[in-house]
Amino acid sequence: MRKRTWGFIASGLLVSLLLAGVVSSFASADPDGLESALREGCTVDAAGTVTGGDCPAQREAEHEIGGPLADYGVSGITDDALATGLSGVVGVLLTFALAGGGFWLVRRRAGQQTTQDGDAAQPTSTAGVG
Amino acid sequence: MEHLAMHISNGIINGPVAAIFAVIALAAMALCVQRGRQHLDDRLAPMAGLVAAFIFAVQMINFPIFTAGVSGHLLGGALAALLVGPWVGALCVAVVLTVQALVFGDGGVAMLGLNITNLAIIGTAAAYLLIVGLLRVLPRTPAGLAVTAFVSALVSVVAAALGFVLQYQLGGAVYLGDNIAGLAGTIAVTHLLIGVGEGLITAMTVLTVAKTRPDLVYALRARGPVASSPVPAVGGAR
Repeated sequence: MRKRTWGFIASGLLVSLLLAGVVSSFASADPDGLESALREGCTVDAAGTVTGGDCPAQREAEHEIGGPLADYGVSGITDDALATGLSGVVGVLLTFALAGGGFWLVRRRAGQQTTQDGDAAQPTSTAGVG
Repeated sequence: MEHLAMHISNGIINGPVAAIFAVIALAAMALCVQRGRQHLDDRLAPMAGLVAAFIFAVQMINFPIFTAGVSGHLLGGALAALLVGPWVGALCVAVVLTVQALVFGDGGVAMLGLNITNLAIIGTAAAYLLIVGLLRVLPRTPAGLAVTAFVSALVSVVAAALGFVLQYQLGGAVYLGDNIAGLAGTIAVTHLLIGVGEGLITAMTVLTVAKTRPDLVYALRARGPVASSPVPAVGGAR
């Protein structure tokens, strides 16, 4: 059971790495729903830069950090697909490490009584115990 | 590709409003840790890590919607709520947003509270309310689960987007006056279309997990002994 769960996690992680590392370079380059709505009223050139008019997107300010992986690229790598894929792989591993590690640290240990109210016991008692 | 932001950038919402939502987000996340802990065991913890990593990956894949020149991408609240429950699910989305803001320059750090409120809190909460309701009335079949996933995902995207409209009304950088209705309309329509994509991705993913490991789908576990009977507690029982 325990081994099967880790097998499932490993396959899911592999799928995520493929999506972020390979499929991501085939993603649409158009602005997303939020960004495009904020550009309403402005003219935008082929490169996606606001060139004129009046819209909220003009107020966009610099990011506080930026960093080498800013905008899902890798500074120094000019090949778009490679840069996007690499930053995607880093992002998936980093997110898994932070989220998985964090959740693992705060998890309820086996046999530990819950200190909270009664509904805590319900999901574990009805499920197959791993 | 000089600008690949998916979330609220600095300068779009003013500082005071961003700060208020940072406090709201922080308080909500603290509550999620407290409530989510009760569900986090040896099995759910790594699954929740995977859900966060998967959401990060799929968010990178912008898909075209029917409107020319506009794309959409997964937000993930409904997927997280279905797979790991609302409390842990909201935390998964919040971790993704935090990594994106701190490492990928996506979404201002000062705007993180706004983004977490919309995608992690509103998106997950709206989805979970629908999931609970729909699973109660729909048949306990793969089709019932698919419809639940699709509808809850679609509505959660629109709800999250309207959260932004509210924030913009409170502290938008450019005063839009009556044009806030125009912004709300544009946002609602595009996110309805994005919601269709979100619904398809969410339904496909949840069905795949439900087929291979139904015990790893929180929404099915909560449905009681009938739904979880294929996974009796043998061998691994502690």
